[in-house]
Amino acid sequence: MRPPEALGHVAEEKPSAVELEPPPPGVPKSPRAIVWARRRRSASRIWRMYRRNKMGMAGLFILAFFIVVAAAAPLIAGEEALKATCECNGAPFSPPSWEFPFGTDNFGRSVLALTVWGSRISLTVGLLATVISMVIGSTIGIVAGYYGRWPETILMRLTDWFLVIPFLPLAIVLASILGQSMSVIILVIGVTSWPSDARIVRAQVLSVKTRPYVERAQALGASPWHLITRHILPNVGPLILANTILLIAIAILSETTLAFLGLGDPLTISWGRVLEFAFNAGAAGSGQWWWLLPPGLAIVFVVLAFTMCGFALDEIVNPKLRRR
Amino acid sequence: MSGSDERANTDVVLEVRNLGVTFEGRVGLVSGLMGKKGSDARAVDGVGFELRRGEVLALAGESGCGKTTTARVIMGLLKPQQGEILFEGKPVKNLRRFRRRVQMVFQDPMGSLNPRQTIYEIVAEALRIHGIHRGEHGEPEEELVARALSRAGMRPPERFFLLYPHELSGGQRQRVVIAGALVLEPEVIVADEPVSNLDASVRGEILRLLMKLREEDQISIIIVTHDLGLAWTVADRVAVMYLGRIVEIGPAEDVLTKPLHPYTQALLNVVPEAEGIDRPILSGEPPDPTRIPPGCRFHPRCPEVASGSAAQAGVEARCRGEDLGLVELRPGHLAACHLANVVAGNARPPVATS
Amino acid sequence: MSLLSVRDLNVTYRTQGGPVPAVRGVSFDIEKGEVLGLAGESGCGKSTVVNAILRLVPRGTDVNGGILLNGEDVLGMKPGRLRAVRWTQASVVFQGAMHALNPVQRIGDQIAEAIVIHGRAGEREALVRVGGLLEQVGLPPRSLEHYPHELSGGQKQRVMIAMALACSPDLVIADEPTTALDVMVQAQVLQLLKALQRELGLAMLFITHDLSVLVEVSDRLAIMYAGKIVEEGDSRAVFDAPKHPYSQALAAAFPTIGDDRFRHKPSGLGGDPPDPQAIPSGCPFHPRCPLVFDACPTIVPELYQAGAGRRAACLLVEGALVDAPGTAE
Repeated sequence: MRPPEALGHVAEEKPSAVELEPPPPGVPKSPRAIVWARRRRSASRIWRMYRRNKMGMAGLFILAFFIVVAAAAPLIAGEEALKATCECNGAPFSPPSWEFPFGTDNFGRSVLALTVWGSRISLTVGLLATVISMVIGSTIGIVAGYYGRWPETILMRLTDWFLVIPFLPLAIVLASILGQSMSVIILVIGVTSWPSDARIVRAQVLSVKTRPYVERAQALGASPWHLITRHILPNVGPLILANTILLIAIAILSETTLAFLGLGDPLTISWGRVLEFAFNAGAAGSGQWWWLLPPGLAIVFVVLAFTMCGFALDEIVNPKLRRR
Repeated sequence: MSGSDERANTDVVLEVRNLGVTFEGRVGLVSGLMGKKGSDARAVDGVGFELRRGEVLALAGESGCGKTTTARVIMGLLKPQQGEILFEGKPVKNLRRFRRRVQMVFQDPMGSLNPRQTIYEIVAEALRIHGIHRGEHGEPEEELVARALSRAGMRPPERFFLLYPHELSGGQRQRVVIAGALVLEPEVIVADEPVSNLDASVRGEILRLLMKLREEDQISIIIVTHDLGLAWTVADRVAVMYLGRIVEIGPAEDVLTKPLHPYTQALLNVVPEAEGIDRPILSGEPPDPTRIPPGCRFHPRCPEVASGSAAQAGVEARCRGEDLGLVELRPGHLAACHLANVVAGNARPPVATS
Repeated sequence: MSLLSVRDLNVTYRTQGGPVPAVRGVSFDIEKGEVLGLAGESGCGKSTVVNAILRLVPRGTDVNGGILLNGEDVLGMKPGRLRAVRWTQASVVFQGAMHALNPVQRIGDQIAEAIVIHGRAGEREALVRVGGLLEQVGLPPRSLEHYPHELSGGQKQRVMIAMALACSPDLVIADEPTTALDVMVQAQVLQLLKALQRELGLAMLFITHDLSVLVEVSDRLAIMYAGKIVEEGDSRAVFDAPKHPYSQALAAAFPTIGDDRFRHKPSGLGGDPPDPQAIPSGCPFHPRCPLVFDACPTIVPELYQAGAGRRAACLLVEGALVDAPGTAE
């Protein structure tokens, strides 16, 4: 027969609770310690996965190299080397030599110094502009995705509007109104790149919002703030991060473009500006390749590095992309 | 056998009155501009019942009958268009406080747990949301979490603090969900298909846990399920829902072995192991809440109408035209059926208000 | 000669994490017109068995053993012969079949596709046959004009059944055909399958985790656990009086309404079915078994005789005492 009494074995003998051995020593007991333990484990897990990704590691090395160079700029070439009137300058338009490994520009300034110091501006602008763009874009994306209904409609139409604004004309207009400075460049880039972030974030928020654990937290009585910060952001965050890194690459390129077109701050040196000088002085026609190549290659490598890191992170963070 | 009468006093802990939830029909922009309106779906259409302390009530029915929607309204996840919910006799005003005393357990244990949170954080979340940092007697948060995990059968609880949901088995995950509900020491638990996503052989341990909570802590439980076998195993009372209404409610033994409503009879007939009930299988699909039939909403599919028994008893006209509510046909056992009414010897049954 | 004869089937998937032995030595026979039910929970390997029979497993998967369909060795068939055999001798109603319909094609065309591919008829006559098939499964013939989204879940499932019958196979393999359906619709579909099976004399391999459904539909029943069959026999007998502790636990999860012995007495197992890459030693069920004793982790039980026409892979079964010395309790 099949009655439960015969299965009384099942009901009584096996304990109905899930029993394990007592916890090993070192298991943290306080809530804060637990949160930190989780964060550490999560971070080390991501790092381990990232390490295995060759493309990501290559990108990381290149980036590290450029960051070190940018930070160590004063050690590589004194700041006075940027001044046209510096005594350290050599003969104008001279090709690479021992004294000037990258040659000199029209003022006799070391192109090496220009490139090294230029990296600071390019990287900084790229980073700051992206941060602005990410903050605006993510906030709008989260608010639109979470609240839905008419806030979403309004915000997304706004996003579409900004998406359509052509980058260059806007930059020119803003530069002529606000004057040419680093802040204007950062502003322009920030203001034109946030829409793509907003869209991606909103899509992700929509998908996370409907997951059962969010509903459970709602049923527990969580406030929207709690839901957004504790559940939605942690699940959207990695995607935002991966996307942001890719955005930095675009921002650097944008800055280069603007500076190249003469919209940049006349008082600061960035790679774009170096290229602007070079083109205006006819370097391309006169065969002064040493002036064009270093900043150009630097841009290419940095953008490549950010892109590779971004892709690698995206693979880790986006489960659909992980190669089985 | 069912000591529910002695065990659960007639103390009514939760009452649902005349609940109505309508989902608006949606139309495309162009059709909307042309004046077309989408058909509204009356997912819940006049549902009322009582939940007594320490009892397990099963809300049973097929998909689309409104049982999950009802559960969501009770949990405050949905606003009803009509009706009210009374907790211990008083209408629910402060939703936050209500949620401390009525908790929900969801269907999918893996989905209900945030994969990025540790078990500790998942269980502690409820405490954090309600700003509870110490227990009644000054216990720290860790102790409250440990106690909840322990009550849910996870021992020793500290072992689980740092684990993630994907490191646990299906049964353990559902226990964590239950622990998350228990940590606030609720008086009512609403469980939506608590075991249907678990492997069949593992379901028993979760059901045993729910029964233990009922026995030891007098927690009242509403179980939403489509599985009448589950209701037979754990429920004290069963409410069968169809198209947004309760069509039969009463003690589990009575409803499941001596059903009064033809729909309940049909449901029992299709459970392969139901004893002693022998009727044909209902034809057609589960009905559409946007098109509720007039009169008794079950009449188009009712085997009694189709076979002529309703006509013979003289109630067929009423079945087709007269809507009706639940009538007590046996002590504690109510059904909304014209035929059953007549068979039980009642005169004209009261017409439902909706 | 049996219609389908499976002998010592072993299927091992190759994954990045290493080989995964999903099926480890499964044998069974299905005679013409017989219905065999295969029950088990997630990870037991039953879906893999289905895929292996018609060689629908991913490339690179290791499939060993003997599969004879109408006397022909399936594993040795050339691709051309295999394609000809698929659907005409054995067809499958897949899990989640309702989602297997192409949303932009009319269902009539989709069913006709099977007929046309196998050269059974030209397109015109195929549609006529489709009309007949739809009637057989209880749908009005003009529904062949409909698109999948115009049908309900139950109706789509009927379409899948019609598709499976399109080329008049001898064997229909149904992999969880009613799992996603409401109880009432499930009952209708089961009734349909039973009727069709009787009318057409079909053999069926019916796979599900729901034991109670199998008792209604199948003649014989086999229960799988961790890639092996742990009990088999007449379905009613196995369901009412299972001999293997796992079968007992599984059967207990499907209570009889009205039977007081199930009232307020839920019973179940702890733990999870084992990970195929980490199968316990000896009897794979021993970590969860309520009747475990010292020999269980050391001896891998075979399917021992456990009564007339019954076999169970448990050392406690009477046949085991004869075949496996040293298990005296």
